[in-house]
Amino acid sequence: MYRYNETDQRLVDDRVVQFRDQMARFLDGRLAEDEFRPLRLQNGLYIQRHAPMLRVAVPYGTLAAYQLRKLADIARRYDRGYGHFTTRSNIQFNWVRLEETPDILAELAAVQMHAIQTSGNCIRNITTDQFAGVAADELFDPRPYCEIVRQWSTLAPEFLFLPRKFKIAIAGGEEDRAAVRFHDIGARARVAEDGRIGFQVFVGGGLGRTPMVGQCLRDFLPREELLNYFEAILRVYNRYGRRDNKYKARIKILVKDLTLDGFAREVEEEWAWSRGGPGVIAEQTFDDMSAFFTRSDLPPVDAADPVYVAALASNRAFARWVERNVADHRDPGRAIVTLSLKKAGSPPGDATAEQMDGVAELAERFGAGEIRVSHEQNLVLPHVARRDLPALWEGARALGLATPNIGLLTDVVCCPGGDFCSLANARSIPVAAAVQQRFEDLDYQFDIGPLELNMSGCVNACGHHHIGHIGILGVDKNNEEYYQVTIGGREGTRAAIGKVIGPAFAAQQIPYVIQRLLEVYLALRHEGELFIDAVERLGLEPFKTRVYGGGA
Amino acid sequence: MSAAILKHGEIVADRWQPIAADASAAHIADAIAAGGPLLLPLPLWLAHRAALKPQRAGVLLVAEDGLDAVLPWLDDIPLIAIHFLVFTDGRGYSLARLLRSRHGYRGELRAVGDVLRDQLYFLHRCGFDAFALRADQVVEEARAAFADYSWAPLGGRGEGHGMSHNERVE
Repeated sequence: MYRYNETDQRLVDDRVVQFRDQMARFLDGRLAEDEFRPLRLQNGLYIQRHAPMLRVAVPYGTLAAYQLRKLADIARRYDRGYGHFTTRSNIQFNWVRLEETPDILAELAAVQMHAIQTSGNCIRNITTDQFAGVAADELFDPRPYCEIVRQWSTLAPEFLFLPRKFKIAIAGGEEDRAAVRFHDIGARARVAEDGRIGFQVFVGGGLGRTPMVGQCLRDFLPREELLNYFEAILRVYNRYGRRDNKYKARIKILVKDLTLDGFAREVEEEWAWSRGGPGVIAEQTFDDMSAFFTRSDLPPVDAADPVYVAALASNRAFARWVERNVADHRDPGRAIVTLSLKKAGSPPGDATAEQMDGVAELAERFGAGEIRVSHEQNLVLPHVARRDLPALWEGARALGLATPNIGLLTDVVCCPGGDFCSLANARSIPVAAAVQQRFEDLDYQFDIGPLELNMSGCVNACGHHHIGHIGILGVDKNNEEYYQVTIGGREGTRAAIGKVIGPAFAAQQIPYVIQRLLEVYLALRHEGELFIDAVERLGLEPFKTRVYGGGA
Repeated sequence: MSAAILKHGEIVADRWQPIAADASAAHIADAIAAGGPLLLPLPLWLAHRAALKPQRAGVLLVAEDGLDAVLPWLDDIPLIAIHFLVFTDGRGYSLARLLRSRHGYRGELRAVGDVLRDQLYFLHRCGFDAFALRADQVVEEARAAFADYSWAPLGGRGEGHGMSHNERVE
């Protein structure tokens, strides 16, 4: 894992001092609300429905055990004993006190963390695949590049006041687990025929009010030009992106207005000047950065460990958990374990301080001290020896984190919604809870198979409802909460945006609507066909008919 | 415009006389005859360029102006001021970076308009070396902003992204 050097540490320490001063000036009236607002947002601080909310960055979703313990400590001392992991692999504290936020930032800085640029019209936290560095299908580990981009984008002086927020994702695998085509910039690992390392670059993707799938801006970008090229994109956007209407200010609108070719010409023109110049990343930098992420300290382990094999054969609950929550590591003796934050009865993505401490301990005992936050709002232990899986499973069960539902219907992705967020039109957590409760039966879920259900409380789409196989969007109709249902969305290499099936529903109808969608699938699916593939094959009609009548 | 500006980190008197965009022809003619130095909005600077003494005429750009009109004359322009209508409009930062690093402008680059204490460090990092702060800002206090960070950002002033970390410290 990356460790701050003196320079990184100085940056976050200086930032705490600066923000403490800004907060003091705000509280004593020397800094006006309108002038403080962008400053606090650039430090992740929102003023929310009940209390201020602080969003802490988890760069590319990677945490060390000692950092997770600090988050638990903050949850306990400054919040109400829990935190919420988000779809951009950050963590939010929903009950902080305004005047204490500089102290929280100081606590974070002590463990090499911060809340810089987790909000505001600037470059946000860089995200990646939660299986980065361990996935069997990976071309190369994207995290060294994420860290390079993190350092470049942190307080990048030219890009602190962009037209709108700007999200970057970098993925290293054949399989895209970072939703790169739904980011302002998405970069996907590529190795050229001559062996050069680089990226395919997508631009203009995003969800929110105007969902769009990112378009390929450049098929192959050599890795040493990563920052020059990103800077060219950002500069074109900063100069020409719309600033007159915040709903039309994202880069996707600029790309649409200029057309992809027109936008590409501007970027090429800008890049032509910087290309090959002082912004080229040195080979040595790649080597140094990669060394941080290489785990050469892990001893070899047996893939067919007898304890593990016996547990698989004799314990059905354990075997089920392995089937859903354990993924292949590139080392066959190890496995990648996803700890589910989607147990029925607790809000999706929430973790208590006790759970965070517990996960930190499990990571230290079984996972080389490393934790990942997935954009599906679960926690991942990426380096578990297969022989330790039974003991880890017991430990996770004791913490309530072993629900074997990863990738299944109750692994709901969900924003905090109207219970917390002042932007929301509708609550999302109670609807997610009702769905989880209704479909808790594991046999039924396993029969349905992989199905992504995403829920957002408003069009800002923090719950990524557009890319859910089933998406639910909270809308406001005459001051009442209603929910619009989409099907057919998906992330990955076959990215698509879901289509609305018809008029919106009241909250209590949602579990029944999902039930009916599933009935159509169960009746019409081919052998081994996933829900999403059946939707693609069948189209909306049979689902609509079943939900809205005519056969109901 | 306030009489005192911050230049190279010091509080100095502003010796440039601003000409308003809607100034009368007679007023402009008088000002030119008096010898300046004058700071003119781009349209007036273009219209009167032949009559102006290059070393005594600065140009004031708004974000929409872009840079094309001034690029041929950069060697002769002693002062370029970029106007911030609101401090959250980041276009001026990119214009400054372009002027300094891509186009090699070496004269005074001044931020004017909605220029506030809390942005000074980053404006400076993009190449601004002079600041006419908004009237309500306390210039003496704002000076401290240049020391907000002891760290230097990557690529801050066109020196590239030297990612080997020690180079990042000034």
